[in-house]
Amino acid sequence: MSAPLLELDALSAGYAGPVVGPVSLRLAGGEVVGIVGPNGVGKSTLLAALTGSARLFSGRIDKRPGLRLSLQQQQPPAIDGVPFNGQELLALTGATKEGLPPWLAPRLTQRLDRLSGGLLQFLYLWACLQAPAEVVLLDEPTNNLDPEGVAFLEGALRQRAGQGAALLVVSHDARFIDAVCDRTVKLG
Amino acid sequence: MNTSLLFDPLFAAPFATGLVFAILLPLLGGYLRLRDEWLAALAFAQTAAAGSLLAMLLGLPLALGGLAAAGLAAGLKHAFEGATRGAQGAAYAMLLLLGWGISVLLVANLPLAERMGHALFDGQLYFTNSSHLIIAAAFALPAIFVLRWLSRRLLLAHFFPDFFRARGLSERRAHFSFDLLVAGALALATMSIGVMGAFALIFVPPLIAFGWADGWRRSVLLAVGSGVAAYVIAFALALVLDQPFGPLLGLLLVVSGVASALLRRISDRP
Repeated sequence: MSAPLLELDALSAGYAGPVVGPVSLRLAGGEVVGIVGPNGVGKSTLLAALTGSARLFSGRIDKRPGLRLSLQQQQPPAIDGVPFNGQELLALTGATKEGLPPWLAPRLTQRLDRLSGGLLQFLYLWACLQAPAEVVLLDEPTNNLDPEGVAFLEGALRQRAGQGAALLVVSHDARFIDAVCDRTVKLG
Repeated sequence: MNTSLLFDPLFAAPFATGLVFAILLPLLGGYLRLRDEWLAALAFAQTAAAGSLLAMLLGLPLALGGLAAAGLAAGLKHAFEGATRGAQGAAYAMLLLLGWGISVLLVANLPLAERMGHALFDGQLYFTNSSHLIIAAAFALPAIFVLRWLSRRLLLAHFFPDFFRARGLSERRAHFSFDLLVAGALALATMSIGVMGAFALIFVPPLIAFGWADGWRRSVLLAVGSGVAAYVIAFALALVLDQPFGPLLGLLLVVSGVASALLRRISDRP
């Protein structure tokens, strides 16, 4: 197995108090790892701990020096009334337009607040998935996506892993996790 | 009606000074609107006016007092950065009331402050001179470059807050830098075009642009374009009709904003 990009050692994290852990995990380039577990077990908190948004109570996180993380949040921010389009959104994270699904590519010049929830979710996903990063963290990526979107996402995840990125995926969708993940870590 | 005044060299420096702010304020206003923080702009302008009045009474340069007070207001706003949206709004409102209360009390009790107070609130654009223009340009040029650098950070922090933090970037630092730019611009603008004139230029052009533009870059251009157009028309009307500039600018922008919203609504109808 190649040297891990990211390693968690008995990590316990949360906000006012611990929410998740202790969790131990090694993530290497090219791997897709699923994080599963019931609601409230701290799956999103674990991702927040990796990006520095949640507090560490015990254990440690080791990151390869210079490691770039990309995180897709579960809830996109409010965009109603804001003049921002898909091209500009992708440019913000440095994501490529190459490989976008044919049902989304022609809509890139439209304002975000005129896109459907599913298209918007996919656009946000794509912006994070294709951003220059060695580790990509996805939180409930199949939310709002129709079966066609989920199928396209599965292919895109495998392709990104094939390019050497490590992916950590939180999802309630057991079929999706089975389809894309090399292994899973169950919390709770 | 005296149209020859439009070409009087006496008004060249005032026109250029106002023009600097007619470009800078709508530019900054777009990012304020993105963050839904327009009330903070009014609080900065009001606090800057109070600071200028205090500086005058202490025998200090007005610009120094305005900049210091607006900078202090930006610092207070920064302290509320982590608070809820409701608490932030309350903080801006308190700041606004504080600035207004101090200013009005000074104006009411000190004859020296009375004339200056009216000038700060109504705008004294026609009494600005080349020194005001130099100060405005010296602030605005670097401010535009700093904003260009900050722009991606502000947009990334808004659209991808978790991604932003995951990259080890500081939202608080980006926001505070931006707030200082806004506070500085409003403090200087208040001294020439007045509290409400400055607020109108930072608030209304982005409001119009957000309704029409199909992307951020275009919204910035549209905001600056509509701000400059309203400014030029208001400046000319005020001179020709011998009316105060600040209220004319404010009214013109309000009419433009309402007309724009109505047109938008009509064009959106199926």
